[in-house]
Amino acid sequence: MIATMKLVVKNLQILNLQPWSFDLPAGECIYLSGPSGSGKTRLLRAIADLDPHRGELLLDGFSYLSLPAHAWRKKVAFLPAESQWWCDDVGGHFTDYDKTLLLQLGFTEAVMDWEIARLSSGEKQRLALLRALAQAPEVLLLDEPTANLDNKCTQVIEQTVEQYRRDSGIAVVWVSHDIEQISRITRHGWVIDSDQLREQHL
Amino acid sequence: MNLIPLSAFDLSLAAALVILLALLSVRMQLGIARQLLFAGLRTVAQLMLIGLILKSIFSYVHLGWITLLSMVMLLMAGREVMSRQKYRLRGWWGFGLGTLSMFISSFSITLIALNVIVNVEPWYTPQYAIPLLGMMLGNTMNGISLGQDRLNQSAWQQRSMIEARLMLGWTWSQAIADIRQDSIRTGMMPIINAMAAAGIVSLPGMMTGQILAGSPPMEAVKYQILIMFLITAGTGFGTFVSVWFGSRRLFDERERLRLERLQAS
Repeated sequence: MIATMKLVVKNLQILNLQPWSFDLPAGECIYLSGPSGSGKTRLLRAIADLDPHRGELLLDGFSYLSLPAHAWRKKVAFLPAESQWWCDDVGGHFTDYDKTLLLQLGFTEAVMDWEIARLSSGEKQRLALLRALAQAPEVLLLDEPTANLDNKCTQVIEQTVEQYRRDSGIAVVWVSHDIEQISRITRHGWVIDSDQLREQHL
Repeated sequence: MNLIPLSAFDLSLAAALVILLALLSVRMQLGIARQLLFAGLRTVAQLMLIGLILKSIFSYVHLGWITLLSMVMLLMAGREVMSRQKYRLRGWWGFGLGTLSMFISSFSITLIALNVIVNVEPWYTPQYAIPLLGMMLGNTMNGISLGQDRLNQSAWQQRSMIEARLMLGWTWSQAIADIRQDSIRTGMMPIINAMAAAGIVSLPGMMTGQILAGSPPMEAVKYQILIMFLITAGTGFGTFVSVWFGSRRLFDERERLRLERLQAS
């Protein structure tokens, strides 16, 4: 699966933040940073069309309104800080997945038989990434995906996303408030400063 | 055999039992004595009132009056459905959805029963129409309020899970499908239990009444079976309608979960 679509955000506006506009070509990664409570998650949710918002979102030149909302979210995947599981075993949450990615995340196919109740938070988050990428999105929105994880697991997630981005051309928006993590993943991004969004190049 | 008339004294004896229970609950500090007595008084007042209304409607049969009474019954049932929910839809939806579902299921099934099955002439003969509709409303009211309550409460508690599914590109309907099934099941459980227990654990109220009034048991049984099936169908269809539209209402036109459309009562 090769992602080729460019995400264009025009005057996206929520809460009392100033409108936010940016272009995100296929294969690029930007970060979004800011103090907690400043609206990072809300902005990301708006891009996935999970919350009402003002402004235009375009993928490959087509407005988000030209697609049914669920089709938009299939292309613009959102990975929250805490994953949700509803079946008893891992396999119940997957119809299809990328086998190479599974290995890269440190699992074997036997993981599909594991019980959700016995997974660690690190295992859950790695599987959630696998699940989000299984829908073959064009854009991946990561909302502090490593917030509750140890260093080793954080590293696996960072490297897997990086590798996948290079291989597939997916575009990534990474929300993080950890400046060290940001410097590892990309040089370009946006910071929320009171009600302004400022573009930054590290 | 004819029905033995009850005197005021007979009723006061029964009332004395309820008062005794209230005294006991005061002593035990259950805090329900007032509620108990108030509900008892309401029973007397409301039933007396409906008795008077039925008496005049029976002696002066007119479709207009019967329709008016039916509407009042429907609106009261709708209010009851709304007030029984822990989380209910804001605005007119809270009242309208339950009322509309009851209207669709109870009224259409009562009309079918009167016109096709019982085939009474004229079809709105109040001796048949009013009690039939009353039983339909009373039971569909239970199913709809249980189903609706379950739906709203589950959606409230499982919002993260529903949203996680939306994030994976599921449609609104897929994202809430299991909660919806569960809610419909919850709404229909009491009537399924009632059918299963009928005649073994309890003699249903209507049949009891007919037998007390001197009907042959087999006739009373046939009527009871008819009523059971009608109630089941009414409860089932009513619950389907209310849970389906209720679950749709929890999402907006962009399939976003909009729980601010619920309010805690």
